[in-house]
Amino acid sequence: MKKSNIIMLLAAILPLGLFLFPLWKITLEAPQYPTPLGMYIHINDFSDANPHDIKNINLMNHYVGMKYIPEAIPEFKIFPMGIIITSVIGLLIAFKGNYKWFLGWFILMIVLSAAGMYDFYLWEHDYGHNLDPKAIMKFTNPDGTQMGFQPPLFGSKDILNFRAHSYPQLGALFLALGIAAGFVAYLIGRKNHKKSLAM
Amino acid sequence: MKNLLKLTIALAFVFGTYTSCNNSKSSVSNSGGLASNVAEKVYVAPGEHDSHYAFISGGYSGNLTVYGLPSGRMFKEIPVFSQFPTSGYGYSEETKPMLNTSHGFIPWGDSHHPDISQTNGEIDGRFIFINENNTPRIAKIDLKTFETTEIIEVPNSAGNHSSSFVTENTEYVVAGTRFSVPVPQRDMPIREYKGNFQGALSFISVEPEHGHMDIKFQVLMPGFNYDLAHPGRGASHGWFFFSTYNTEEASTLLEVNASQNDKDFIAAINWKKIEEYVNNGGGKMMPANYAHNVYDESTHTATSTMIKEVRVVNPSEVPGAVYLLPTPKSPHGCDVNPTGEYIVGNGKLSANLTVHSFTKMLDAIKNEKFAGDAYGIPILNFEDVLAGVVEQAGLGPLHTEFDDKGNAYTTFFISSEVVKWKVGTWEVLDRQPTFYSVGHLTIPGGNSGKPQGKYMFVMNKITKDRYLPTGPELEHSAQLYDISGDKMELLLDFPTHGEPHYAAAMEADLIKERSQKFYSLEDNKHAHAAKSEADVKVVRNGNEVHVYMTLIRSHFSPDNIEGIRVGDKVYFHITNLEQDFDVPHGFAIIGQNTSELLIMPGQTKTSVWEPKQVGVWPFYCTDFCSALHQEMQGYVRVSPANANMPLKWSLGEDIE
Repeated sequence: MKKSNIIMLLAAILPLGLFLFPLWKITLEAPQYPTPLGMYIHINDFSDANPHDIKNINLMNHYVGMKYIPEAIPEFKIFPMGIIITSVIGLLIAFKGNYKWFLGWFILMIVLSAAGMYDFYLWEHDYGHNLDPKAIMKFTNPDGTQMGFQPPLFGSKDILNFRAHSYPQLGALFLALGIAAGFVAYLIGRKNHKKSLAM
Repeated sequence: MKNLLKLTIALAFVFGTYTSCNNSKSSVSNSGGLASNVAEKVYVAPGEHDSHYAFISGGYSGNLTVYGLPSGRMFKEIPVFSQFPTSGYGYSEETKPMLNTSHGFIPWGDSHHPDISQTNGEIDGRFIFINENNTPRIAKIDLKTFETTEIIEVPNSAGNHSSSFVTENTEYVVAGTRFSVPVPQRDMPIREYKGNFQGALSFISVEPEHGHMDIKFQVLMPGFNYDLAHPGRGASHGWFFFSTYNTEEASTLLEVNASQNDKDFIAAINWKKIEEYVNNGGGKMMPANYAHNVYDESTHTATSTMIKEVRVVNPSEVPGAVYLLPTPKSPHGCDVNPTGEYIVGNGKLSANLTVHSFTKMLDAIKNEKFAGDAYGIPILNFEDVLAGVVEQAGLGPLHTEFDDKGNAYTTFFISSEVVKWKVGTWEVLDRQPTFYSVGHLTIPGGNSGKPQGKYMFVMNKITKDRYLPTGPELEHSAQLYDISGDKMELLLDFPTHGEPHYAAAMEADLIKERSQKFYSLEDNKHAHAAKSEADVKVVRNGNEVHVYMTLIRSHFSPDNIEGIRVGDKVYFHITNLEQDFDVPHGFAIIGQNTSELLIMPGQTKTSVWEPKQVGVWPFYCTDFCSALHQEMQGYVRVSPANANMPLKWSLGEDIE
């Protein structure tokens, strides 16, 4: 097996790490929470950073009219399928395909990941802005518009008394490494192809 | 007349010098570089934790208070033997059985000597035991939740004072009677006390895993007063030592009549020998009636069981198990040093301290050198068992504790001081005044083979001018000393709650790591728990109405209830659905004849309400739980006794 194909094989397998490790983590810090509240986002689940954190996040958020974090969302079915399918495609082309296919897989993964991030952003935006009109506490921005409570997509941000952090976790790293490996497989494959043409 | 005037002036001068001398002395210790040094030693910065826990008995408060050292800050009052309206302990349906006794429900107690459980002679921070003096009982507090989880009544006992000390593997928690009484109790003339009354020393076994208590046996001793006790340890493990007074067996004007004998006794009990005798079927079961109350942390409910018999052992049945060591002057404290070799008798009417040697005691027993006997119990010769005397150490010695460097510290009530002396050479090394009239003292890990040095604190009986005045009734004062150096250094003076007798203290880590944050709702097995808002309901059973209610920030469910009638007995079974640290909710309703409830996350508690008037009556959360705490309220509609109003309940919508 060619070196580039071995790397492509690795690239196809690495995203499966998402089934082992969380994709993302949102953390909420406030003085009265010496242990911050936190939620892990897995490819197929939300989970507590510490026992009952999601329940306690919901309790906090209901004051400003935010919806409860759902037990399940359609993405929990779609995303795992997406990962499995792209991994299978990746495996197939690792065994059968050449470097052009690797580039195709790489582009597919970039497009799907970007779509996933956008979907995540839409959900976050809805979660932070689609508030119960009977919310206990209503806050407005200085310009008079309704204040949103959307956590950052990436990075840290102050939301009322909380400081929210949103950062990728180990699962995202596996995905990123897989995608990068796909590109590396393409580059090496192309180099070798040019070499063999030159010979 | 002139002479008298001179004398008065002279006396005034003498007193003046004396007091001013005192003043200058105290001002020295309160100023300059030293003072700031002392302040640093007790300063615990905001947000930082103390290094030690201190569990100080509440005496006539019936409870146990929790303090931090070296700051002297009080963290909690744990209700033990007294009803506690703050949390509803002894008022809620779940905890009323905790205060049940053979005399019925007792709302109050007199708590004395806390002692922490031990493993291999070291305190392990799992449980703390404390005795009730008045209606004899022993309680166990779980240091995971800081809640009283078990209380056992002690039959044949009265004035449960030489209690509640644990052996070095917590095999037993021991409870001795201060007052001797007829055993079994009967109608008889008081003046026939002598020879007829007996003193029961109870050995309560502690089951290793959950700490469940069971009276294994009682030793029925002569009718003396058994004042204090401590276990042997190390070489003397397997023995227990009790100080006695009133060996005169007086039943009236004890202050005179019980102070006639030059020597009373320390009773040495070989409990291992008696345990073996009992394990082989020895002793006899006698009819009794005593309560055993157990709080179950999964059902959040206590049950009280009356036990109808107890095993008693007469010392004469077990030769070689009990001896009497003559000890001068009505000894109060009976303290054993960390190696287990020395037993200190603090003769409270004496200026000297008597120290007995365990090795010498064994020799005397082996050589059968007896001075006589009391009711068949051999009395050893004072000289044969004496290890040494701390001469003229102070006036009125009461209690002795030990550090980890071979020193002992004794409190003197009358001369109001604490004296440090060397174990073995019996020389006095240092003395410090106490403010005023000190009772017990505590060194962290004091009653164990491994004292934890560094700090010692004394608990005083008289406060007088130590703090801003608060009228005639004052809290008692305590003083904390640094004992890490050659001389004791007074660090801090802090008020305590109730009337502290003994205290137990230890380094914080073991307890801190295990401390529970809240109760798991999932594991709540309460018979009337509503574990979600879907489970709430109101059920009528004749005149009894059971409300299955939930709490979560910031509402009750249900919060509107109709169909209650005058004359109903309404049980509010209330579950706190929170699952976060430090989010209790409270429950109070107008005209509640009991107390409020303070309900921890995951817990269920029940309050009974008997409405007497027609109307619409509010209830509310008593704990400022959240930003919407003031909105956390509800209404109960009470209709006339003969009304035909059906039960209805709701949350967030109008009742139809």
